Amino acid sequence: MVDIIQLSHIQRDFEVGDQTVHALNDVCLGISSGEYISVMGPSGSGKSTLLNLIGLLDRPTSGDYFLNGKRVSTLSEREQARVRNRSIGFVFQTFHLLARLTAFDNIELPLVLAGVRPVERKSRVREVLQATNMSERACHKPQQLSGGERQRVAIARATIMQPSVILADEPTGNLDRRSGLDIVTLLESLNTKGITLILVTHDTELGKRARRHIVMVDGGIKLDTRK
Amino acid sequence: MSYGSTFMFAYRALLGFRTRTAFMLLAMAIGVAAVMVLTSLGEGARRYVIGEFASLGTNLLIVLPGRSETAGFSPTSGLGTIPRDLTLEDAEALLRNRSVRRIAPINVGTTAAKWQGKEREATVIGSNADLLEVRHWEMASGRFLPRMELTQATPVCVIGQNIRRELFRANKALGEWLRLGERRFRIIGVIASEGRSIGVDVQETIIIPVASAQALFNTPSLFRILVEARSRATVQTAKRDVIDTIKRRHQGEEDVTVITQDSILKTFDRILRALTLALAGIAAVSLAVAGILIMNVMLVAVSQRTAEIGLLKALGAARRRILLVFLTEASILSLMGALIGLAIGQLGSWLIRARFPDLPAYIPYWAVLGAMGIAVLTGVLFSILPANKAAGKDPVQALSRR
Repeated sequence: MVDIIQLSHIQRDFEVGDQTVHALNDVCLGISSGEYISVMGPSGSGKSTLLNLIGLLDRPTSGDYFLNGKRVSTLSEREQARVRNRSIGFVFQTFHLLARLTAFDNIELPLVLAGVRPVERKSRVREVLQATNMSERACHKPQQLSGGERQRVAIARATIMQPSVILADEPTGNLDRRSGLDIVTLLESLNTKGITLILVTHDTELGKRARRHIVMVDGGIKLDTRK
Repeated sequence: MSYGSTFMFAYRALLGFRTRTAFMLLAMAIGVAAVMVLTSLGEGARRYVIGEFASLGTNLLIVLPGRSETAGFSPTSGLGTIPRDLTLEDAEALLRNRSVRRIAPINVGTTAAKWQGKEREATVIGSNADLLEVRHWEMASGRFLPRMELTQATPVCVIGQNIRRELFRANKALGEWLRLGERRFRIIGVIASEGRSIGVDVQETIIIPVASAQALFNTPSLFRILVEARSRATVQTAKRDVIDTIKRRHQGEEDVTVITQDSILKTFDRILRALTLALAGIAAVSLAVAGILIMNVMLVAVSQRTAEIGLLKALGAARRRILLVFLTEASILSLMGALIGLAIGQLGSWLIRARFPDLPAYIPYWAVLGAMGIAVLTGVLFSILPANKAAGKDPVQALSRR
């Protein structure tokens, strides 16, 4: 099976004062299509940096990154934005919904950015609202929604472009246990439909649910195990 | 992302942050309105001064007997010679010049005016029919002095508003006989105009034919001759012609002084220039204040939205797109703010005009353009600059700001 994500000798350094911190140190990683991976590790181990790199929110200091067999680490800013829009869905710990927009409009945003025609946008948003069980709450603004509902909206937004990869950074971090489990179940159901799911968490119980576990320490992959 | 959806997104962002949008519009509007109201005040003062002098008649020349020292020293004149009086014949001779359109000889004196036992002291001006046009006066009722030979002494008079009010009160003045000194004059008109002319309040004046005045005050001479040149451009020619005519008639003696409004206007040009400079200063300061106000509001507003910019990038908006969104937003905001400011400014200057009708407080067009331009320019510039900075950041950093 061809790797959907291929990282080779990725280095990501940060300058902190006059010191260089190696957030990622010579990371090599291959991820196949449809995998369910959890990335764990103590804070500062580089797991969020890894996720940002995969999500093209950050650029490596050196090394190569191939997404769907295409080298994306050297793409221009505009092209990377396009790849983010088409191929990658983000789910954040703090949801990052726009407070002034309704659930419907938040979900629609990637379609608007992609330049999809309004008629098509409406029907696609309705589809994902149904899939995430949020049809009833479509016209509510984020502050009228519970934490779990907000994360559902965020997930709906992440899936609207039918990406090949969903990157979730502590998606349950701001939720109580029950709605957290709810969200993970939703994400897992997306994975069973073939979307590659990469989950960053420091909740070991949650991490164990994935089929492949990556443990990071000090900017390197310490463990990479499959069930 | 199409331009239509960019516009909609920006528009809805403005609607979404209602309070903030309202405050930004307010800041813009106040800035723009302040510029407009202040400049309209300054412009009003400037126009008021111009108007006051223009109402004197810009084509007007005043001929006075005697050589004024300030007009320059000439060895052939002055030196103990007594100036000749100006006469009605002098006045008529002036009319023969092509550069002269009208003349109004003036004789002034004070005498007691009596009607049915009521009496008051009044200034009497002797003149002719053309005085009305030369002085730009308006009639309240009746008509002005009739056209006739300057030497003809007809017993008619035209009175000012105060004279009418004080002597006649509610009674009808037109057609009544008014006694001036030992003579009686029929009242044929009342002057509506206010203001002063040759140092006399028009409302306090009685105007009679010049020949009658000469008889009344027992003098063959004239106090002044008012000359109206054919146009503003011929004022200087008229001045020369007047001097030449009088000189010829006075055996070569240049014993009159001709005051043109131009020389008065030249003096007041200096006042006007000072006023205009003050106005420019007011405008510059208020524009700068408005600009800084808008700049601050915009800087704060955009830096509050760093996280949103980060999110838009994560969702696949390129830097150019984000700038376009903020540019659109700032343009809508600035234009609306400027338009509201224009409306407030117009209203303000209208209120000033309504409250002080004498002050033509109109907003000069350059102030409108300047204020709107500065508002839109600073509004756009100071939303684009911080937005550009935010868009240049890594989305990671931008998103970490909550």
